[in-house]
Amino acid sequence: MHPQRKKRLTLILFLVVGVGSAVGLLMYSLSQNINLFQTPTQIANGEVPIGRTIRAGGLVVDGSVVRAEEGLGVTFKVTDGVASVPIFYDGILPDLFREGQGIVALGQLDEAGVLQASEVLAKHDENYMPPEVQEALEKAHQAGKANLEAAAGY
Amino acid sequence: MNAEVAMMVPEFGQLALIIALVLAAMQVVIPLVGVQSGREWLMAYARPLAAGQAVFLMVSLLALTYAFVTDDFSVVYVATNSNTQLPTPYKISAVWGAHEGSLLLWVTMLGAWGLAVAWFSRTLPLDMVARVLSIMGMVSVGFILFTVHTSNPFERHLPSAPLEGADLNPLLQDFGLIVHPPTLYMGYVGLSVAFAFALAALMSGRLDAAWARWSRPWTTAAWVFLTLGIALGSWWAYYELGWGGWWFWDPVENASLMPWLVATALMHSLAVTEKRGLFKSWTVLLAIFAFSLSLLGTFLVRSGVLTSVHAFASDPDRGVFILALLGICVGGSLLLYAIKAPTVASVGRYQWVSRESALLVNNLLLLVSAFAILLGTLYPLVHDFMGLGKLSVGAAWFNTMFVPLSVLLALVMGIGSMSRWKSDAFSRLGQELKWACLAAILLGAAVPLLASGEWNWQVVMGMSVSFWLIGATLVDVWKKSRGQLARIPKLGVSFHGMVLAHVGVAISIIGVTMVSNYSLEKAVKIAPGESTELGSYRFEFAEAGHIEGPNYVSDATRFKVWRDDKLMEVLTAEKRRYNASGQIMTEAAIDVSLFRDVYVSMGEELPDGAWGMRLQVKPYMRWVWLGAIFMSIGGLLAVMDKRYRARQHKRAAAPAAKEAVA
Repeated sequence: MHPQRKKRLTLILFLVVGVGSAVGLLMYSLSQNINLFQTPTQIANGEVPIGRTIRAGGLVVDGSVVRAEEGLGVTFKVTDGVASVPIFYDGILPDLFREGQGIVALGQLDEAGVLQASEVLAKHDENYMPPEVQEALEKAHQAGKANLEAAAGY
Repeated sequence: MNAEVAMMVPEFGQLALIIALVLAAMQVVIPLVGVQSGREWLMAYARPLAAGQAVFLMVSLLALTYAFVTDDFSVVYVATNSNTQLPTPYKISAVWGAHEGSLLLWVTMLGAWGLAVAWFSRTLPLDMVARVLSIMGMVSVGFILFTVHTSNPFERHLPSAPLEGADLNPLLQDFGLIVHPPTLYMGYVGLSVAFAFALAALMSGRLDAAWARWSRPWTTAAWVFLTLGIALGSWWAYYELGWGGWWFWDPVENASLMPWLVATALMHSLAVTEKRGLFKSWTVLLAIFAFSLSLLGTFLVRSGVLTSVHAFASDPDRGVFILALLGICVGGSLLLYAIKAPTVASVGRYQWVSRESALLVNNLLLLVSAFAILLGTLYPLVHDFMGLGKLSVGAAWFNTMFVPLSVLLALVMGIGSMSRWKSDAFSRLGQELKWACLAAILLGAAVPLLASGEWNWQVVMGMSVSFWLIGATLVDVWKKSRGQLARIPKLGVSFHGMVLAHVGVAISIIGVTMVSNYSLEKAVKIAPGESTELGSYRFEFAEAGHIEGPNYVSDATRFKVWRDDKLMEVLTAEKRRYNASGQIMTEAAIDVSLFRDVYVSMGEELPDGAWGMRLQVKPYMRWVWLGAIFMSIGGLLAVMDKRYRARQHKRAAAPAAKEAVA
């Protein structure tokens, strides 16, 4: 083979193998590092394995916020209108955290069914609803309607 | 101005915007027809049209600013983003505080870049100017149309205008917002110049060293703005969001980092194209990618497709429009590339060990980093779009991707700037760099032992590559000046630019390494009079009180920061409540110094007068941004190199087609 071509071929092979393995590794590690959003209904139905890092969110239930005597620990519930899930967080809550507000928490479910949150996010805009929470509410609303209709014998 | 005329200023703004649109459309067509038919008098329209477009866009932006400053709440955009209580500087920055205005700023900057090209291209062949400005005109038409059609900032609330505005998001009432978006946009939009040059060169078939030389200062200028814009964004998030984080791998941050990485690759690839006539099609492709990623960034931020702290605007119609623009731009330019690139041959050879190879490897590393970030940013969107559910990609993933690639990049950078064009030998490089290498490893290994007494691989890695990069750069300076200090100033502005920029990268890596590994953080419940320790610092809660600002009231806490029983600083953190919107904002109190930041921010009020407080000590925080400042100054020096202008004069005198397709 012409040395110039040989060089070019090596380069191309090198590139193809390099890019291929890079993409493969990227995709694999990506699939290991995603945090799925789960609605309170999904959690209540036991669809979420214990110990796996997930994002969960909904509206903070009125009157559910309980603070620890010592330190910054706080427990509250979030709901999508059908089910609710308790969340424990030890740290500074965001400015816009309050009852009735849509929030998203990142954490793992423990044996007792409490989400141990490492991060709680609320948006810097009172009119803003996290899109996940919006969708969860709508889904739960539709499911609720379907259940009602089924119960009514449609 | 009489009152009736003053009332019509928004209409004048709207009119100016539409005139700019028409001028932009003319700027697309007339010069291009001139090029096709070889009529110089038609090509000559490019410059005045670009200037006219820029002037009318500026008039339009000024009209909007006027509406803000005079509290004209009959304009919907003003009513939703301003308030009579808002201090005037923030009224001005509110112009680009939300979607419509920031787009107007975007197109105005595009116009300004066009004006700059028209102005500084006196030495460029006329047909090139015509093509470049015509392509920039196309981008203008797309985005002005987008602004007028979907996001008109001059729309009115008539006949019943509100008496008071809804206020600017408090998060944005800050110095950072005055400077961050314009700087970043200048960078984004500036890449359109490199893009236009690349496409113009493709169209003409003159993909040569002259093209690379014309393109270089523009690309570097845009890169400087991008660098500063990203650093400003990071700095703003750090002090304004109250978490003390300076990079979140938030999609909006990623949107700015991706074009930066590709623009960095482009700058270096352009150097090879100019000096050696190589990598031509690669360079063109990078120019297309860089600008496409800028547009993608605009799409991500402005379409509201993201779940992100920056997602202020959300309107799907707009998303579709920008997506279409993005599609036309990327598709069109890649099509042109596919047709024209095969006719471009790169002459010249190089060996595996050479500066060309080192730059190619760096290009690939930069591109892989950008690609990884792209993947991580778009994956959740695709996943959601396919109905598989919402998810997020954790910061840990971005770190595992980006950190090793950056380490490799820094390693090759040290070799790259030292190595020779065409062919070099590892033995020579080894000979010259071995001491720098050894010193870097030893110093790097010493850092964790000195800092905490504990071994830490990440710190050794980060510090060693930084020392290596600085060491190799210094060796380079030493060799090129042949060991004589007096020669150093004579090495050329561009060379000094490169040295500064590379040292800047090392400074940033040092900052990132130290602050990521040795930051101390603590969230505590604390009452006035109490103290708490963090590392060698003691935080004493001195008092709690109230502060009245111009358009907010705040709870404030005052902390005395002690170290070894010496009072270091008194810090006053605030929690503001903005009157107009009732929104709450945390204002962190930061004691800044070169080697560490002390960061105090307020959480919520707890029973018995106690507060939840977030206390942090962040070593070398400033270095992260200091590095970016070094890089920017380096870039600026490279732009100012007289070489670009002097040679252009020579070339303009000779027939420009001389160097046609090498």
